[in-house]
Amino acid sequence: MATLSSTVSVKVPQTRQGGGGSTPPTFGGGGGDGRGGNGSPDYGERLRRARLGLAVGLTPVIMLFVSFTSAYIVRQGLPTLDLRTNTYVHDWLPVNLPWVLLLINTVILVVSSVTMELARRQITRQAALAPVTSIPGVSLGEEKKFPWLGITVVLGLGFLTGQWMAWRELAARGFYVATSASSSFVYLLTAMHAIHLAGGILALLYSAVTSLLRKPVEARRIVVDITAWYWHFMALLWIYIFALLEIAR
Amino acid sequence: MASTEIVHAHAAPQGFIRKYIFSLDHKIIGLQYYFLALIAVFLGMGLSLLMRIHLIWPTASLPIFGDIKPETYLMFVTMHGTIMVFFVLTTAPQGGFGNYFLPIQIGAPDMAFPTLNMLSFWTTFVAFVVLIAAFFVGAPLHGWTGYAPLSAVPSSGPGEGLGADLWITSIALFCAASLMGALNFITTTLDMRAKGMSMMRMPLTCWAWFITAILGLLAFGVLAAGGILLLMDRNLGTSFFVPGGLNFTGQTSFPPGGFSPSTDLVKHNGGSPLLWQHLFWFFGHPEVYIAIVPGMGVASQLLSTFSRKPIFGYRAMVYAMLAIGILGFVVWGHHMFMSGMSPYSAFAFSIMTMAIGVPSAIKTFNWIGTIYKGRVRFHTPMLFAIGFVSLFVSGGLSGPFLAQPVIDIPLHDTAYVPGHFHLIMGVAAIFGIFAATYYWFPKMFGHMMNETLGRWHFFITLVGTYSIFMPMHYLGMAGQPRRYSQLTEVAYLHPLIPLNRFITYAAIVTIAGQFIFLFNLFWSMAKGKKAADNPWEATTLEWTTATPPPHDNFGGRTPVVNHGPYEYSVPGAPRDYIMQNDPATAPVH
Repeated sequence: MATLSSTVSVKVPQTRQGGGGSTPPTFGGGGGDGRGGNGSPDYGERLRRARLGLAVGLTPVIMLFVSFTSAYIVRQGLPTLDLRTNTYVHDWLPVNLPWVLLLINTVILVVSSVTMELARRQITRQAALAPVTSIPGVSLGEEKKFPWLGITVVLGLGFLTGQWMAWRELAARGFYVATSASSSFVYLLTAMHAIHLAGGILALLYSAVTSLLRKPVEARRIVVDITAWYWHFMALLWIYIFALLEIAR
Repeated sequence: MASTEIVHAHAAPQGFIRKYIFSLDHKIIGLQYYFLALIAVFLGMGLSLLMRIHLIWPTASLPIFGDIKPETYLMFVTMHGTIMVFFVLTTAPQGGFGNYFLPIQIGAPDMAFPTLNMLSFWTTFVAFVVLIAAFFVGAPLHGWTGYAPLSAVPSSGPGEGLGADLWITSIALFCAASLMGALNFITTTLDMRAKGMSMMRMPLTCWAWFITAILGLLAFGVLAAGGILLLMDRNLGTSFFVPGGLNFTGQTSFPPGGFSPSTDLVKHNGGSPLLWQHLFWFFGHPEVYIAIVPGMGVASQLLSTFSRKPIFGYRAMVYAMLAIGILGFVVWGHHMFMSGMSPYSAFAFSIMTMAIGVPSAIKTFNWIGTIYKGRVRFHTPMLFAIGFVSLFVSGGLSGPFLAQPVIDIPLHDTAYVPGHFHLIMGVAAIFGIFAATYYWFPKMFGHMMNETLGRWHFFITLVGTYSIFMPMHYLGMAGQPRRYSQLTEVAYLHPLIPLNRFITYAAIVTIAGQFIFLFNLFWSMAKGKKAADNPWEATTLEWTTATPPPHDNFGGRTPVVNHGPYEYSVPGAPRDYIMQNDPATAPVH
């Protein structure tokens, strides 16, 4: 009986996203009770909901950086009262960024975004095939599991280390947090981005833990999927910040 | 991630802690928000009483705080404003009633992300505890708006050290909590509506909570940005908001030879206090709509239900709320006419602000159109809904005046502005909360609230709040400044003292009246008349389920919606209301 009822859900593989397209599968139909018809949790619906939640959740992150950007541009154009001469002067000090180092960091982050995407597609495939492999006697052969997630975590940590080195380099060049308004913004923007990226790394570690706890691959896939979109967003955000700091000096 | 939570795929929790403390059930979380707001509102009200007493008896020694120094008075101002705006007006209508009734009204078993929902409440709770902790180390003086440089330099005054750090931390935690809540509300509304519940079939309360959540989602990130910059100015020596040349040593006379930059002046240079005001009010103006929009939804729902008529202009109501929300993001400059602003910007902000009068007038017109020729049932919730409309009009009418820089500049720092915003954003929003409490109490607790006590409470509160805040408009026009702790020493204010006394007496009576509500609330929970499942003969989905609703809201059923939210007195229908989940073709006899 059990084998029969699990073959019923072989329907699920049809919803795999052929090669990782971004359209979410739309089964479940908004019934809203979070369960499929046969009593197993409706992962498609949960994935759709999680993706929607992520899209909504990224909005305040955008608003945060929009606020910082507007503050940056306003402060840049603002004259300052020089107390010695009692005149208004422009005191914006262009920061001498260690741009070679930052460029290397950017490449690391972009590569990590690619590995993250590969990890996402890998687990999407696994999740799609899970019902088939659960049928006794059916084997798809030992699939080679390249540790894309682990590589992404390592690259993410590498990026954070690189940012730390960039801070050390800035300090060596005499730019501290409170040196000038421009250096305050450099530290602010890089630190806020680093904190958000660290959140992504924590989410990846969480998915590794769930893997150890033998949670269903469909549940892990949701965590990996939304972390991947978050990760891509963080890569784009960093490119934006880097461009802002380089162009609007 | 919370997203992996299986929504009600498990049985209801049995243990006390999982059931009532760290509950994932949106109904329990809603009640937790509501009771947090109840504690906060009595605290905030107590502070306002102390302020009113101090204003007319400035030499009196008050309980707990003793002799009131000017900085103590400003501490009351700050804490009253912060507690009321964040932990009452943002918490009760959205976190409380929104959490409890949004999923039920759209036919969902719970919020989209229950764990996130629980986290959101407990973060709010910690934020509240951190804020109250500021009392014990000396609360800040900078008001709920936290204007820099007062808020940005720890040495700027008593309470601006650790107290201000706690205040900012509390606000930052509140931002995080509100964002989690907003994320949940939006996802739930978009993704978890029952079959047949199209967006344009949602009750206007759901629209109000949805729009409020969008406002919060866009606004709180900006406040968080401002808070981060403020913390950096205070603790890392940056100069985002602090200009150079400030002296906070308390010297009252200019020393011979001038101040010494190294010892007397702040170490900051080049920051802009106006930058804080822009960031703050970009959040702050939407925030006042976060407080009032849920009240608009509740008023719409109740006026329709108790007039036994469909809401007048459902779509117009939705679009008006959306318009108010959108316009709310482009008017923040009207809080800053006094702060120095190009007349051209001031003109633009002024025009946009007055434009909000248009959707507000549409709403008012539709509310009156809804009652007009209705068979009105004057139950207590209806009284408060009518009171809401009354206060919305009388508080709102001073808005277009204050929106004009030439009128705002003389009135801005007078009692006129507190009169204006307390009527519309304070008392009107509170009336929305009261209306919602009396209306949904039977569903939440299974008993009816006492009608006689409810009426007493309504009339005392309505007359009392008008008596408090209407005269403030006259005080303002007569030139009485706001935020001053002592008014009795100034000759030109002497003729205003009797009116100030009257306001304080009215405040004492009104506050006493609130204990009627408190008594009614707890007495009715135990001893109130047993409530039927649909005591008000209303149409929305929360009245189709048991009282109080079961763990998954509909007891295993999934409601199917066939009707709009306000089908009252439909010709040919067997009774004067058609519930949203009634069969699509009502039997015609």
